[in-house]
Amino acid sequence: MLYIKCPYCGLRSQNEFAYGGDATIKRPNLNQEVSNTEWDNFVYLRKSPRGRHLEFWHHISGCRQWIKVDRDTATHEIFNTYKANEEV
Amino acid sequence: MQKYSVFSLIKNAFSNHKNWDVAWKDPSPKSEYDVIIIGGGGHGLATAYYLAKEHNITNVAIIEKGWIGGGNVGRNTTIIRSNYMHDENGLFSEFGMDLWRKMSQDLNYNVMFSPRGIINLAHSDAQMNAYSRRGNSMRLNGIDAVLLNREEIKKIIPMADFSENVRFPIFGGLMQPSAGTARHDAVAWGYARQADSMGVDIIQNCEVIGFDVSNGQIKGIRTSKGNIKAKKIGLCVAGSTNILAEKLNMTLPIETHLLQACVSEPIKPILDNVVTFGAGHFYCSQSDKGEMVMGGDLDGYNSYSQRGNLPTLQHVLTEGIAMFPFLSKLKMLRTWGGIMDMSMDGSPIIDKTHIKGLYLNCGWCYGGFKATPASGWTFAHTIAQDRVHKLNAGYSLNRFSTGHLIDEKGLGTKTWIS
Repeated sequence: MLYIKCPYCGLRSQNEFAYGGDATIKRPNLNQEVSNTEWDNFVYLRKSPRGRHLEFWHHISGCRQWIKVDRDTATHEIFNTYKANEEV
Repeated sequence: MQKYSVFSLIKNAFSNHKNWDVAWKDPSPKSEYDVIIIGGGGHGLATAYYLAKEHNITNVAIIEKGWIGGGNVGRNTTIIRSNYMHDENGLFSEFGMDLWRKMSQDLNYNVMFSPRGIINLAHSDAQMNAYSRRGNSMRLNGIDAVLLNREEIKKIIPMADFSENVRFPIFGGLMQPSAGTARHDAVAWGYARQADSMGVDIIQNCEVIGFDVSNGQIKGIRTSKGNIKAKKIGLCVAGSTNILAEKLNMTLPIETHLLQACVSEPIKPILDNVVTFGAGHFYCSQSDKGEMVMGGDLDGYNSYSQRGNLPTLQHVLTEGIAMFPFLSKLKMLRTWGGIMDMSMDGSPIIDKTHIKGLYLNCGWCYGGFKATPASGWTFAHTIAQDRVHKLNAGYSLNRFSTGHLIDEKGLGTKTWIS
């Protein structure tokens, strides 16, 4: 069981959260020409590192806020958590 | 190579089984090979076997970081099937079914292939319609499929929950009678033994540290046992694909996730088939030892840990008990996890890459084990001929950018979409 520290609610069990994937991926800017490569990178390509991974989680059975979690994908150690709009 | 038969068994019994040949050798790596396969799992071993058997390429090394068969080929739930709707998956898997049927004779190794049939349960009229469509697509591709109604299902699996007031009543199901199970470790060992006997070097406990690439051509690999040259290198490393891709400066449409499986204590024979729950993700069969073999959803977040987390197991087994209430009475014997190379459309990749001489075999998601022979066969063809076979033409790496995704279930890494 993971325990994730929601920046709004404090330490909560994994059961309250839904996973949202890699948080380092940036959507191409709106209202601008987007190349196929840029769109491909955004939609499909992922580094999926072994080790530290910054990822989105959704506190869906709690405050319903999206948050960022800095977690190790091999040990599941959680180093820090952030609000979704915080730059890391 | 010593042939395994009842006669060799009797003969060796007289010497207390002390004089059997080793099944495969433990060589040191040579400085150069024609082909190097990275990853000594089912797919890597099968690839080496078919390179030797079908293409007469025997100067081959398999490089394995741990021990052969220690990854997903030894961690799966042993299900073999070809019940796919789309042509790419259906034809590829059905080609594999033929190889499965011949495998024990072909490898002179009993892989205990047991075509006991798989039943996908349906829990609504809409799902029955979808299964009817899938079944028809399968039959058009020459794959056997039978649509069963509730009463017919009840005759086959009377211990399932057929009461009237359940949340997900059983409406019927789609059955592929020729699907089944096999002894997973034997598949790895059988391929390893034959590949070894044809001259393939199986090099275990050897980690790939880096690649030598110059002018867009692969030259060799750097390993913990020294540098090895080769003009052709195939990657068959499942959940570790992204780790090696990073060393090649490649980013792939793959995420590594953890999938758990478990077995109960052994019980008397009760379940003759493989059965899947249609209102969630749970599948179940009974092993020859009597254990109920069960699995289901991913843990749901990127993971390389090779061991699971209890919330997912609880979720999966809740579905199991909804389908087979008697499971709640059983004690759990073992649970374990393996790391899956989840592709973005849920279908695999067997293709060349932008680096000449580097070939990629990954993205097997939940279904790597059943694909072992077909994957090895087509990957060997792709490496030997330097071009994809028509069976794996749909499994291209660039299908994500060109829009030719194989929308079998369309979940890929994003399991929460379902």
